[in-house]
Amino acid sequence: MLDLSHAFASALWQIVTLDPQLLEIIALSLKVTLTAVTIATLIGFAVGGVLAVYRFPGRAAVAAVLNALMGLPPVVAGLIVYLLLSNAGPLGVLQLLYTPEAMIIAQVILITPIVAALTRQTCEDLLEEYRDQLRSLGASSAEIVMTLLWDGRYRLITVVLAGFGRAIAEVGAVMIVGDNIDHVTRTMTTAIALETSKGNIALALALGMILLAIALVVNVALMGIRRLASHFAYA
Amino acid sequence: MPPILPMLEQPGSLATLDTRASSSGHVLPLELRRLSLETGGRRLIDSVDLKLEEQGITVILGPNGAGKSLLLRLVHGLIAPTDGIIRWGGMPMDDEIRRRQAMVFQKPVLLRRTAAANITYALGLRGIARSERNSRALQALELAGLERHAFTPARVLSGGEQQRLCLARALSLDPEALLLDEPTASLDPASTLSIERLLIGAKHRGIKVIVVTHDVGQARRLAQDVIFLHHGRLIEHQPAERFFEHPKSDTARAFIAGGLVL
Repeated sequence: MLDLSHAFASALWQIVTLDPQLLEIIALSLKVTLTAVTIATLIGFAVGGVLAVYRFPGRAAVAAVLNALMGLPPVVAGLIVYLLLSNAGPLGVLQLLYTPEAMIIAQVILITPIVAALTRQTCEDLLEEYRDQLRSLGASSAEIVMTLLWDGRYRLITVVLAGFGRAIAEVGAVMIVGDNIDHVTRTMTTAIALETSKGNIALALALGMILLAIALVVNVALMGIRRLASHFAYA
Repeated sequence: MPPILPMLEQPGSLATLDTRASSSGHVLPLELRRLSLETGGRRLIDSVDLKLEEQGITVILGPNGAGKSLLLRLVHGLIAPTDGIIRWGGMPMDDEIRRRQAMVFQKPVLLRRTAAANITYALGLRGIARSERNSRALQALELAGLERHAFTPARVLSGGEQQRLCLARALSLDPEALLLDEPTASLDPASTLSIERLLIGAKHRGIKVIVVTHDVGQARRLAQDVIFLHHGRLIEHQPAERFFEHPKSDTARAFIAGGLVL
């Protein structure tokens, strides 16, 4: 009991004194996840928008695969990237295994299907309402995609935040392809797993509190965006 | 031929008429031949023959479920007929002809943007230069009495204001033909009146107006000619005065008298 409260106090101390080791891990985590979210957003918006508007053979199959991939277990995503990047794999020459870039690739694979599938859903709902009017105004399919992405902006922000939430909290994929190497590929989640097993509860607790705080901020942002959207009747 | 007279009458609108003359003639006449639409074995539009040559306001009248909205969507090219021919100014319907028209729907469809942005967006799609869009949007908003709402999010406007905005957007495109599907069906009398005034204004500017309604009073107030539709069939097409005084069919007579038409 004394140990736990000591660990808790020590964790708080690390946070308020901005412990360099703690900051380094947080910074790497944010860098990896924000990069992955940016890439996944660019791909996901384009794929989701195109799937909602264009009609082509195999469209339903692509949509079904995307929906299935939304539930892709992170360790499986990690395994796939590991196999691709390992020395024997097709991308082995890039020597990316156990680098932050490998972790970014794994997170992109993990959250792009989420962003794409939710974007498709958002755009299809809007298109249902807009289709006749946009065709009457003479919009091309490409113009319709851009219109839907812009008019769905509030919901799409929440989609991106959902992707961010999943990526920042994920441990399986980055553990496999990053290997939790100190100063190189140690993220918040992998550090928590390692430090806990080593008995360094204080650092694990500090990182856990930061992760919780991030989750809280994301959810407050979501609420604010929803409120703003309904205020403008843009929901 | 027809454009010459208005050119002499209104030298101010020379520019507009000029662009219309340079494109392939006027949209009129609208000709339908044996136009039919079938879904699931049901004939929703049944072999409609029609020729509209006159400017002014044509009202498509009939009870709910008569196929009025479908007919409007067909002539605007939003749905494809199962059978038959649609010609505007002698040409089959295509994207180019649709770009010379504008349509207003029963339920206002407005983008999640400000009122002004809804109009500049439509102008952009029609290839109007960016520099010209704002002034044209403001002009259209003034016409509809919505200038103080220019920067209000379109979807927080009242139902009547939203429909006026849709009409303003349609008019800003300077269409040759304006199609409206029950534009006032869910509006209060004051909003209905301002919509009808805008339609009469459009008529005086030389725009062909085709409006679908099931409201006999509205048809009386607006129509030069009436197309009466029932069960997907064109029952009669007459000048408004003759239609309301001496309807040829029993169904039209019963409908005008306010009876239920089965």
